[in-house]
Amino acid sequence: MENIFRIIVCIKQVPGTTEIKINPETNTLVREGIETVINPFDTYAIEEGVRIKERMQQSGSEAEVTAITMGPAQSESILREAISLGADKAILLSDRAFAGADTWATALTLKNAVKKLEGWRLIILGKQTLDGDTGQVGPELAHMLNIPFIGYASSIEHISGQKITVKRLAEDRYETFEVRLPAAISVGKDINVPRVPSLRGKLKAKNETIPVLNIADLSMDEKDAGLSGSYTQVIKIFTPKHVYEVKMIEGSPDEQAEELFTKLKQLNIV
Amino acid sequence: MEIKVDKTTCTGCSLCKNFCMYDAIEITGGKAIINDNCIFCGACIDACKFKSIEITGIHEKNFDFSAYSGVMIFIEQHEGTVAEVSYELLSEGRKLADALGSKLYGIMPGYELKEKISGIFNYGIDRLYIADNEIFKHNIDDIYSKILVQAINKYRPDIFLGGATSFGRTLLPKVAAIIKTGLTADCTALSIDPEKKILLQTRPTFGGNVLATIITRNARPQMATVRPHVMAKEPVQNAENRQTDNYLKYSDRIEFLEFDPLNFKTKYKLLSREKELGQSINLSDYDVIVSGGRGIGGPDNFSLIKELADSLGGVVGASRAAVDSNWISYPHQVGQTGKTVNPKVYIACGISGAIQHLAGMQTSDIIIAINRDPDAPIFKIANYGIVGDLFEIIPRLIKKIKNGKGIT
Ligand SMILES: Cc1cc2nc3c(=O)[nH]c(=O)nc-3n(C[C@H](O)[C@H](O)[C@H](O)COP(=O)(O)OP(=O)(O)OC[C@H]3O[C@@H](n4cnc5c(N)ncnc54)[C@H](O)[C@@H]3O)c2cc1C
Ligand code: SF4
Ligand code: SF4
Repeated sequence: MENIFRIIVCIKQVPGTTEIKINPETNTLVREGIETVINPFDTYAIEEGVRIKERMQQSGSEAEVTAITMGPAQSESILREAISLGADKAILLSDRAFAGADTWATALTLKNAVKKLEGWRLIILGKQTLDGDTGQVGPELAHMLNIPFIGYASSIEHISGQKITVKRLAEDRYETFEVRLPAAISVGKDINVPRVPSLRGKLKAKNETIPVLNIADLSMDEKDAGLSGSYTQVIKIFTPKHVYEVKMIEGSPDEQAEELFTKLKQLNIV
Repeated sequence: MEIKVDKTTCTGCSLCKNFCMYDAIEITGGKAIINDNCIFCGACIDACKFKSIEITGIHEKNFDFSAYSGVMIFIEQHEGTVAEVSYELLSEGRKLADALGSKLYGIMPGYELKEKISGIFNYGIDRLYIADNEIFKHNIDDIYSKILVQAINKYRPDIFLGGATSFGRTLLPKVAAIIKTGLTADCTALSIDPEKKILLQTRPTFGGNVLATIITRNARPQMATVRPHVMAKEPVQNAENRQTDNYLKYSDRIEFLEFDPLNFKTKYKLLSREKELGQSINLSDYDVIVSGGRGIGGPDNFSLIKELADSLGGVVGASRAAVDSNWISYPHQVGQTGKTVNPKVYIACGISGAIQHLAGMQTSDIIIAINRDPDAPIFKIANYGIVGDLFEIIPRLIKKIKNGKGIT
């Protein structure tokens, strides 16, 4: 078999939340020119994939990065973005039957897609998304593929064709784990500084054909995909009641400091 | 599976459109039309006052869940120190168990637990399952998941909860994947539906702008991770205190899980585990966080923030702007791409309050904002606001704190 070190990067399209505001009168969401973006943490995943590829290439091995997403047809744009950032290939998993997937159904769909690929050694994910924000897809996917998962990686200490050593920050401590490949990791923003797209990358992104796999291509049953295949279901979405009533502390700096001090005393903080 | 708008009842009011984060709804000819980029998140269904939107054709599996009962809490410890969130979960679990008229269980793997855990019995636990062995000395996902799965399969709790700590958030998804059940992440409120007797799991999403209530369908246990510091830690009022450090005194409420340590193999080799150097940076350990943002002006001025934090026994936080400018390191960052915190008191100094920052701290008990700009968004969510120059106010405040009294 050809000996290419293949890296899979999982990415997701999310609504850019900067655009979302809450209308205080009606307590509803006001979206101004909503745009969907690549999940911010996933850009670090792409960058790390590309860096590992470059590392492998420097040590004389061939390596390749494939970006993969499950989502509506529009998600193709984030795959092109991934290519402009250095991914070599991209795959879109798209089918109406995938819609409404919880993390379980998402992981299962990704697993079926990954199983179709050959020679992959490492899967990189973002540590969580801006919308669902669970961070569960990584550990669930890794379990389904029967490979180890290391979450919240803050640096790759060492990687060879066989093993990876990853350091991660867990609460107040650093932990360094070594696992055999294939493995999956998730990354946050402390792992690298993503590059800007290169001209060559942009050109490639424009011209690349991106294969789309549907539920039949993944040989999945409709009842295992999307909302039907999910164990969790969102039954209600609402905006938190903002009942904050700010009390302004006025006066000279000295008076302000004095009143704040009194408040802190009342709160038993001093 | 299909999402449909009932054209006869839809008034074209566009409420649903406002709620759709994915821009999947358009109003055409006075009616809502849902496009193919809809992800079936359900937000619009709840938003429509006319009940015009419906998702149909979901495959339902009908299961009998009567074999499942009780609430089981994963009691997390690190080298014998029980994580605070575990006590919070026991308190919450007691309430849920009472609402269901069922029992509260704990499952605690660890090593040499004996002296460290009798406090657990002050929280109204009916039974504690213990797995005390050297293999559980370090918190390793595959070792821990195996014993949790064993306990769940044997005792079949209806509800299973763990803390949304870094360990919990990778361990519990693995457990859920093995058991084949749902997992709701990072909940901030739990309750029991009085009629259906199911667990309603509420959590912030979309960067804390929106709350979602989630149910577990087609599987048991109903599993959730719960955000630390949100649930109150409430020892049971008349808990008998057996004045002992030895858990064996509670042997009537303890059961040791049977397992063969040799069956526990791990794919992980832990090479090192070290405390973060320098000052401790686990923001969620502190009752007081004093955060600095762009208004701090530069790295050196963070010493002022640190001095205030120190005088209050708190810790220094920061906005993304301050971290991105390299004024302070990333572990201090509060917000959507940093840490989510909810201390008793959060003092935001020179932080304007971008929505991503608010997402990470808006559940703090008391928020105090000091900012030069009276229109800064931070004042919209603060309990106390001071419009002024932080370099004038903070040194005076520190002085008063150090003197221990005001100058009235
Ligand atoms: C309001 C709301 C609340 C939700 N709450 C829950 C919940 O509590 N539990 C639950 O099981 N589901 C929940 N879901 C569903 C969940 O958002 C979806 O399953 C989603 O497809 C993946 O989960 P995530 O966004 O949390 O991803 P995370 O697990 O946070 O993502 C981690 C990484 O996994 C990869 N990844 C995630 N999704 C994809 C994808 N579609 N394609 C490729 N890679 C991907 C990316 O690398 C990403 O950075 C919720 C959905 C909504 C709208
Ligand atoms: S909220 Fe309901 S009534 Fe209003 S436009 Fe949407 S579907 Fe129609
Ligand atoms: S289900 Fe969600 S994504 Fe679909 S139209 Fe409604 S709000 Fe939009």
